[in-house]
Amino acid sequence: MSAAASEAQAAPDAIRVENIRKSFGVVTALEDVSLRLAHGEVLGLIGDNGAGKSTLIKILTGFHRPDSGRIFVHGEEVQLKSVTHARSLGIDTVFQDLALVPGMSVYHNMFLNRELTHGIGPLRFLNNRAMRKRSREYLDDIGVRVPSIEAEVARMSGGQRQAIAIARSTHSAAQIILLDEPLAAMGAREGALIIELITELKQRGDVSIIVIAHNYVHVFEMCDRINLLRNGRIMLDKRSDETSVEELTAIVAAEYRAPRSA
Amino acid sequence: MGWRVAGAFVRRREASIGVVLLALVIYFSVRTDAFFGQENARVIAEFSAPIAIIAAGEVMLLICGEIDLSAGNVYAFSAWIFYFGATSWSLPIWLAVIAGLISGALVGLVNGLITVLVGVPSFITTLGMIFLLNGLTLRISGAFPVETPGGHTFFRFFGGSPYATLYWAIGVIVVMAILLGRTRWGLRTVATGGNLIGASESGVNVRRIKIGNFVICSTLGALAGILEGVRLTSIQPLQGGTSIMFYAVAAAVIGGTSLFGGSGTIIGAALGVLVLAVLNLGFTLQGVSAYTFDLVLGMAIILSMAFNVTLERVRQSGRLGKLS
Repeated sequence: MSAAASEAQAAPDAIRVENIRKSFGVVTALEDVSLRLAHGEVLGLIGDNGAGKSTLIKILTGFHRPDSGRIFVHGEEVQLKSVTHARSLGIDTVFQDLALVPGMSVYHNMFLNRELTHGIGPLRFLNNRAMRKRSREYLDDIGVRVPSIEAEVARMSGGQRQAIAIARSTHSAAQIILLDEPLAAMGAREGALIIELITELKQRGDVSIIVIAHNYVHVFEMCDRINLLRNGRIMLDKRSDETSVEELTAIVAAEYRAPRSA
Repeated sequence: MGWRVAGAFVRRREASIGVVLLALVIYFSVRTDAFFGQENARVIAEFSAPIAIIAAGEVMLLICGEIDLSAGNVYAFSAWIFYFGATSWSLPIWLAVIAGLISGALVGLVNGLITVLVGVPSFITTLGMIFLLNGLTLRISGAFPVETPGGHTFFRFFGGSPYATLYWAIGVIVVMAILLGRTRWGLRTVATGGNLIGASESGVNVRRIKIGNFVICSTLGALAGILEGVRLTSIQPLQGGTSIMFYAVAAAVIGGTSLFGGSGTIIGAALGVLVLAVLNLGFTLQGVSAYTFDLVLGMAIILSMAFNVTLERVRQSGRLGKLS
């Protein structure tokens, strides 16, 4: 653990954001946000609706451009131009809609848009056998259980779909994964499976993850560090073993009682 | 056991349409004397071939969530481009065929660009294209039929000899079935129709997929039109049209392709064409009128679509069952 910790300190931050500001017309979504995601870390991003979580994620995905501020990926400053550009830098987002095709098999979904093929010269055909094999191996490896790799995603539960979407993202060699409310609208048992998956990915140490969540209990189960976003600013940045559900609740409650202007 | 068979049908829609086809063949062979005659095989082949070629293109478009109503008018228009290529522009006959196919591809490109880039629904884009192409074809042809150009060898190979159009149709079906079922293009076509936003978030270039399938569908419409022009040895200004397009779409739907996009097969559509052909022949042999044929065809389309929608609901409820 301590070896891992020192190693994490040696590597540059997966993402570092400095003084990001973003407004849409007269509405300022992000006032002044600075945060960092250490290599191999799971960072929980919490905050109310309208706190700016979605805007921040969309900036890190390359969907929006910040008005000002700087973004560093693996220590190098970047201008994220598009979703494709962000993806080419190893940043992938699992949105709430999961981007899965319900009528297609699990393994075709796993390899959508980076299908394995074989053939002669320009004549390329899907290598279904290899895609089945590699999907099965990878899902087994990270402990994701699905009824059948060949079954349609339409027949999977919400938790299984979420797990497939996350697995697809990590399998595509993404090193930085942004999870938008992965536990939304999910039962306790299903949620536990996703928390297990995120813990497993963390132990492998090759990905860094930002999780957006509402439920504080879940956040403490998954995350190494927690950032509280409110009114377009990071209000709190603590390691999860240095704070508690009670403390976070108290801060948010105090904020509500206080006048809203910062 | 019964449920397992039913389940197999749910997964393999071709199986159920195959059973319907078999039942029709048995029915007509019992009710009519001459169903298995040599001539009848040829009637079925000649009826089916052009429809099957167009249906293969419509399946690709329907799967990715679009439709081409103008494929039957490309059928007429491109045959004329082929004719002018071989006569007025003095192209070698094979280059004239290529010119005809390119004219079809261009119509598809225009359909695709207007639909995808401007955002006009394909139903409207291609509805307009029906009238546009019909008017254009009548103008350039002078509204009179002409004799199909080309020498003996060309005729034999390109639709003039018995069953030539059938061989072309089989070739198209095989190539398109491989394209849909075994290539990246096919998989991404299914993904585009199955979840447009999701496919696009996964990095699939959904615009390219849609435009490409418009081009494929129109090009196949052109191929069918030229082949029929050669087979019939004359090119008509009003050949094909919406009736052949509707037969092709009907065959696709009867064969299990969803009008909502995301699912369908080329083989299913080919079987759907055969169902239409057997019905057509059977009713003709029985002396039943064309009106009755239309009546039965109409019922077949509505029943198929009702079946598809119900099937989708059963699958949805199956998914809810999995949750518990």
